Amino acid sequence: MAVATAPSPPLEKYPAGSVEPVEPAGLDQPTWVVRREVLAELARDLRDHPETRFDLLLDLCGVDYPDREERFEAVYHLYSIPRGERLRLKVPVAEADPVLPSLVPVWKAANWFEREAFDLFGLRFDGHPNLSRILCHEGFQGHPLRKDYDPARRWILTEDKVYQPKFDLPPAGEDDMFERMVINLGPSHPATHGTFRVMAVLDGEVILASDVEIGYLHRCMEKMSETHTWQQVIPYTDRLNYCSSFINNVAYCRTVEKLLGVEAPPRAVWARTILSEFSRVMDHCVCNGATLVDVGALTNFWYYFQPREEIYGLLEACSGARLTVSYGRIGGLAQDLPPDFMERAWRLLEIIPPFVADVEKLVDKNRIFLDRAVGISAISGEEAVNWGWTGPCLRASGVGYDVRRAHPYDLYDTVDWEVPVLYGGDVYDRYRVRNAEIRQSLKIIRQLLERGMPEGPYIVDDPHVALPPKEACYNQMEALIYHFKLIMDGIQVPAGERYDMVEGANGELGFYIVSDGSSKPYRLKVRPPCFPIFSTFPTLIKGGTVSDMVATLGGLNVIAGELER
Amino acid sequence: MKDTTTETMTGESWITTRLDALEDWAQRHSFWPFPFGTACCAIEFMSSVSAHYDMSRFGSEVVRFSPRQSDLLIVAGTINDKMAVPLKKIYDQMADPKWVVSMGACACSGGFYRAYHVMQGIDEIIPVDVYVPGCPPSPEGLMYGILQLKEKVTRDRKRLRARAGEAATAAAAAGEPEEEASGRSHGAVAPA
Repeated sequence: MAVATAPSPPLEKYPAGSVEPVEPAGLDQPTWVVRREVLAELARDLRDHPETRFDLLLDLCGVDYPDREERFEAVYHLYSIPRGERLRLKVPVAEADPVLPSLVPVWKAANWFEREAFDLFGLRFDGHPNLSRILCHEGFQGHPLRKDYDPARRWILTEDKVYQPKFDLPPAGEDDMFERMVINLGPSHPATHGTFRVMAVLDGEVILASDVEIGYLHRCMEKMSETHTWQQVIPYTDRLNYCSSFINNVAYCRTVEKLLGVEAPPRAVWARTILSEFSRVMDHCVCNGATLVDVGALTNFWYYFQPREEIYGLLEACSGARLTVSYGRIGGLAQDLPPDFMERAWRLLEIIPPFVADVEKLVDKNRIFLDRAVGISAISGEEAVNWGWTGPCLRASGVGYDVRRAHPYDLYDTVDWEVPVLYGGDVYDRYRVRNAEIRQSLKIIRQLLERGMPEGPYIVDDPHVALPPKEACYNQMEALIYHFKLIMDGIQVPAGERYDMVEGANGELGFYIVSDGSSKPYRLKVRPPCFPIFSTFPTLIKGGTVSDMVATLGGLNVIAGELER
Repeated sequence: MKDTTTETMTGESWITTRLDALEDWAQRHSFWPFPFGTACCAIEFMSSVSAHYDMSRFGSEVVRFSPRQSDLLIVAGTINDKMAVPLKKIYDQMADPKWVVSMGACACSGGFYRAYHVMQGIDEIIPVDVYVPGCPPSPEGLMYGILQLKEKVTRDRKRLRARAGEAATAAAAAGEPEEEASGRSHGAVAPA
């Protein structure tokens, strides 16, 4: 989706040279180089000007260029939901003075992204409310994603250094019903489904303020991708959102394919679409199942996990692995689809709907669940966008942004399906949107299966990208050489940069990749959909009870692997 | 004439055994696992205890989220340097006797994250009884690990008793093949 025309806010008011559109337009989206002095004002203009309306801050990351005079570059990715356009801002800063204005007053989503850039690169944001480490622990020294940081250099955390929560507390007054109490949830707590720590100040059972600590599963995926070849990065992408790992494969492979200028063959695209949708079904099953367990409806967890097991069967037949499939490859798929793919897929389409229907019968009008979910942690669409939400949670708040519809990729524009949108914005609607999306996913799969499996190769026929067939390696000198080159050197991706996205199970899953033309990525940044969503958590649960907090956490579907990478 | 064998006197609902053998048997067949799940492996752990694989067949499905109530720590997922502190604390809080299963490549060795924030195997800080390889291990793999642990529990306790100088047990076990010994000591109590 190359956007040729750059949006045009009133740029005249900025001093000459402070906002420079990057030419040539060979880039994937309009890119401006912005001086930091005008950044705050420009950001506000971009958000509010009727011709731009960039209401969503998708991503913010740092890139380190040690050879440049201004060593660091802060890269902002903006998106305008009403206009469907993208814009990238690059703000260079020098190592001696790596300070930028904080954009938290413009987009609340910037809060955690700025903390992350501070943590990993040492960029500082003037005016940030709580600029502390977020992914690395408090005993950490240095900034690991800088190029001169040794990838294996570890620091030990001791108990005296643990994170001190910051509460945005109202002063204690007469209207406090009870004595204030601080409770701690996590990092190892059954309701956190992963590895977060929530600390809340309570007045009786009402949450006055809370703080969230993450970083318990930060496993350096982005640094690891800089030390591995392009193909070797694929298993790391599996372990981002491990509930729907195939979607991550697709997102990464598509981005690299764009950089390379190759296209996956029709058979691979067809399989990618189907398996992505099955993965989405699995992910929604986990999320809804876990939410319902947390509010005490254990039966539904078993109901939701059975279809998952069935889908695992299909993925295992394709790739050999159940959970972390690594089935995508740059240029196609790892291997051909199994001969019984069609039968298995058709069978799944029969099996899954009854389970979902059973859950709906049990839950949708269940008084206990309604009391626990309706109106709980409700958020308006406008607010959610400002916090950087995408995906099912945003669609439960009345904003129908779906990458598959707004910027169709693979086969999504050739099938008939709907984007389910609900307007409550609460736990109940998040649950219902996911059930509706399971139905839509199955509808997409059904149409593709009816169309039949396209014949042809499963991976692109390009010896610089895909391994030649084994037969050819044994019999042809040329194929053997290509095989050797690919194994030893890996794929050579031309220099350039690219942001590409798919609709992940949690929202827009983007990969921003910078290549310097070598056999490894120069910088790889994942745009994790649940990172901005979870940053909203303290705001969402404020004023609710502890039990609301548990219900909310399940419904947001925060996956630690993706959150912290 | 009156039959005076033990069985007749007590009826069929009685068995005779040694107290320590009974304790072994109970311990082996009723682990109370604490799932320390952090990442992908935790999802496979959930599959293992769900209906399809049903870990309760092996007597270890009573998942407890309090370290005080559990005797088996299943570490499922990557442990990084930040998580090391809570992990050690939880291990220390568990009452003896306790065992640790390290599930998956990350918990065993750091996996393919040879990186600045990832612990290169949980045995850096706590002792591990069974390592289950895989990324993540299949539920069958985890179950095999639990079955291995069952054998290890018996073996370990036997060694402990021997070391404590329980002369009779030590003498009986000495010079005999392991399987025979365990077969005899548990023949009376182990159900088929």
